[in-house]
Amino acid sequence: MQQLGMGQAVNQALREEMTRDERVFIAGEGVGVSIHDNPMLPTADLLKDFGVARVKDTPVSEAAIAGLAVGAAVSGLRPVVEIMFNPFFTLASDMIVNHAAKLRYLSGGKSTFPLVVRIKTGAGFGAGCQHAHNLEAWVAHCPGLKVVMPSTPADAKGLLKAAIRDDNPVVFIEDMMLYFVPEPVPAEEYLTPIGKAEVKRQGRDVTVVTWSKMLGVALKAAAGLAQEGIEAEVVDLRTLVPLDRETIISSVRKTGRLVVLHEATRTGGFSGEVCALVTEEAFSSLKAPFRRVTGPDIPVPVSPPLERFYIPDEEQLIAAVKEIV
Amino acid sequence: MPRQEIELPYRIDYLSILDEQGKVDQDLEPDVDKDFLLKLHRGMLLGRRFDERLLQLQRQGRMGTFAPITGQEAAQIGAVAALEDSDWLVPSFREMAAEIWRGKTMENVILLYAGYNEGGAIPDGLNNLPIAIPVGTQTLHAAGIAYAMKYRQEKHVAMVFFGDGATSEGDFHEALNFAGVFQVPVVFVCQNNHWAISIPRSKQTRSKTLAQKALAYGVPGIQVDGNDVLAVYSAAREAVERARSGDGPSMIECVTYRMSVHTTADDPKRYRREEDVEGWVAKDPITRFEKYLKSRKIFTDKKIEAIEAEIKQEIKEAVERSEKKMEELGDPLLMFDHVFAELPPYLREQHEELRKELRQDST
Ligand SMILES: Cc1ncc(C[n+]2csc(CCOP(=O)(O)OP(=O)(O)O)c2C)c(N)n1
Ligand SMILES: [Mg+2]
Repeated sequence: MQQLGMGQAVNQALREEMTRDERVFIAGEGVGVSIHDNPMLPTADLLKDFGVARVKDTPVSEAAIAGLAVGAAVSGLRPVVEIMFNPFFTLASDMIVNHAAKLRYLSGGKSTFPLVVRIKTGAGFGAGCQHAHNLEAWVAHCPGLKVVMPSTPADAKGLLKAAIRDDNPVVFIEDMMLYFVPEPVPAEEYLTPIGKAEVKRQGRDVTVVTWSKMLGVALKAAAGLAQEGIEAEVVDLRTLVPLDRETIISSVRKTGRLVVLHEATRTGGFSGEVCALVTEEAFSSLKAPFRRVTGPDIPVPVSPPLERFYIPDEEQLIAAVKEIV
Repeated sequence: MPRQEIELPYRIDYLSILDEQGKVDQDLEPDVDKDFLLKLHRGMLLGRRFDERLLQLQRQGRMGTFAPITGQEAAQIGAVAALEDSDWLVPSFREMAAEIWRGKTMENVILLYAGYNEGGAIPDGLNNLPIAIPVGTQTLHAAGIAYAMKYRQEKHVAMVFFGDGATSEGDFHEALNFAGVFQVPVVFVCQNNHWAISIPRSKQTRSKTLAQKALAYGVPGIQVDGNDVLAVYSAAREAVERARSGDGPSMIECVTYRMSVHTTADDPKRYRREEDVEGWVAKDPITRFEKYLKSRKIFTDKKIEAIEAEIKQEIKEAVERSEKKMEELGDPLLMFDHVFAELPPYLREQHEELRKELRQDST
């Protein structure tokens, strides 16, 4: 099977969908002429292969980029636009939160928004809090937006293709650290359904719910725990909205214990939603209080020693699991 | 007459005082003393040499990524030279020379680029803001600072820097509009360095000039040769005086060129030709000014050598100090400092959690 990083997998998904459907185009800052000669990046060589009409470099204008997507989508195209770094989502957010997410509702279902906003995220680059800020919980809090956050290149390919074919606005958040971690990706066409979590590892003692880059941490921790006889089940959400409640609940019913792991800060983080759901629906199955392992409630620090300790790691997860097992 | 041209209150001038050979237009030559001219030169040269050193440090892995300023020294030094210490500097992320002129230490510049927010600390007694990464956003707080100056009836001016790319952000337009409507003391300095990462100025806007954007907001705008420190200084002085005397905002477009990479993560060969860059070597702001200083006998080659040696030594000492400081700053617990004025209980708990984890790591 081909080995691709997540950027390459995204690239392949874009290629396949652009080839399949004339209405699909991409736009964003430097999606065409990039500053990097790096085939691992998501829009590499698309300009060369699809031309300027379908691969549009824009001025530095996030609001206009998101607005372009809204306008193009409502008139029947299927735009895929890119926000370079997650913090700049704030500049584009009016178009996404107040328009893309609401105009179908406001128009009595007459307007449709088949658009994808790709956002690059993640700490670990030493680029600081104005470049790195995981905002998925904000977006998930806005009704009308689907929120996808893949953890593996294979999922990214299938989910992005599904997002492009979806008739709703989808916010598709890619952790940039995953661009550089090759994993097997099927070469053929496939769609990965939005709204379906996946159990990435079976286990009987504790459920670890996670998504995006933290899946790697969860799997490493699970391997470590297994050596001590603790079998963790790892549930990769893949999609935050709509949330796959069944997979989470049935896993917790089986294990009786829950730890949620994400890189974003804790207060108001999406782990709160997962824990609330489990408390509502599976309280009687819980043998211990749930635990959350998250980034601390501070802006992402820049310097290597500080950033390293900001990002949750296996040790923290193992410690949290041991507290409740 | 059903159709006639509307006269606008302002037009767009282009100002250049020193040509590429360092020949001065004597009618426009600003009336400043020799020491001031030498200070301008030193500020630019220090910016250039320090930029070169920073690039080496980054390449050696001793520092993180940063946005080099080479080629833009005149646009920065000429503009801030018109400020008084009590005025406000609101930078973007590519104003290292201006920040140093305004009292930021070189060691703090290194610290910041190495990732330590301590390096962003505002020097005591100076009104500088930290760098702003989200493009164009700082124009809005500059308008806010100027609003406060008017409110407090203080005669200080805010000077905000931004790039050609930033003029495409809504924030820039809203800032100009507020400043125009409220007539507050702010000077908008656009460093048109022709590039916004890989996007050329021609693809950023159809406007012939960036300065003309100010006109739409009833704000005077001027375009200057941004590699001519005397032109930038003259335009800035005029704008600062206008602001200080209560006559509102202005915008200055400095036409310059980003001679170096966008940031150290970038390979410009992907999108621009060497020849394009070479054309700008002849317009270099520092060589041009040195020619002028020599022609005015303010300066000899010997003197330049002495200044170069001095600067080299200063940079060397700053690098040493910064590396010492970094050793003190490696404590991960520091990440909880400065989030709030005080550490609220829930953060104290998280701080405590990390402390425990670190203790376990070390045993
Ligand atoms: C809101 C926002 N969008 C995108 C970026 C990524 N970015 C960093 S610098 C830059 C180009 C800025 O160009 P310009 O304003 O001309 O400034 P220059 O880099 O040339 O100094 C972009 C798009 C950002 N930092 N902030
Ligand atoms: Mg620029």
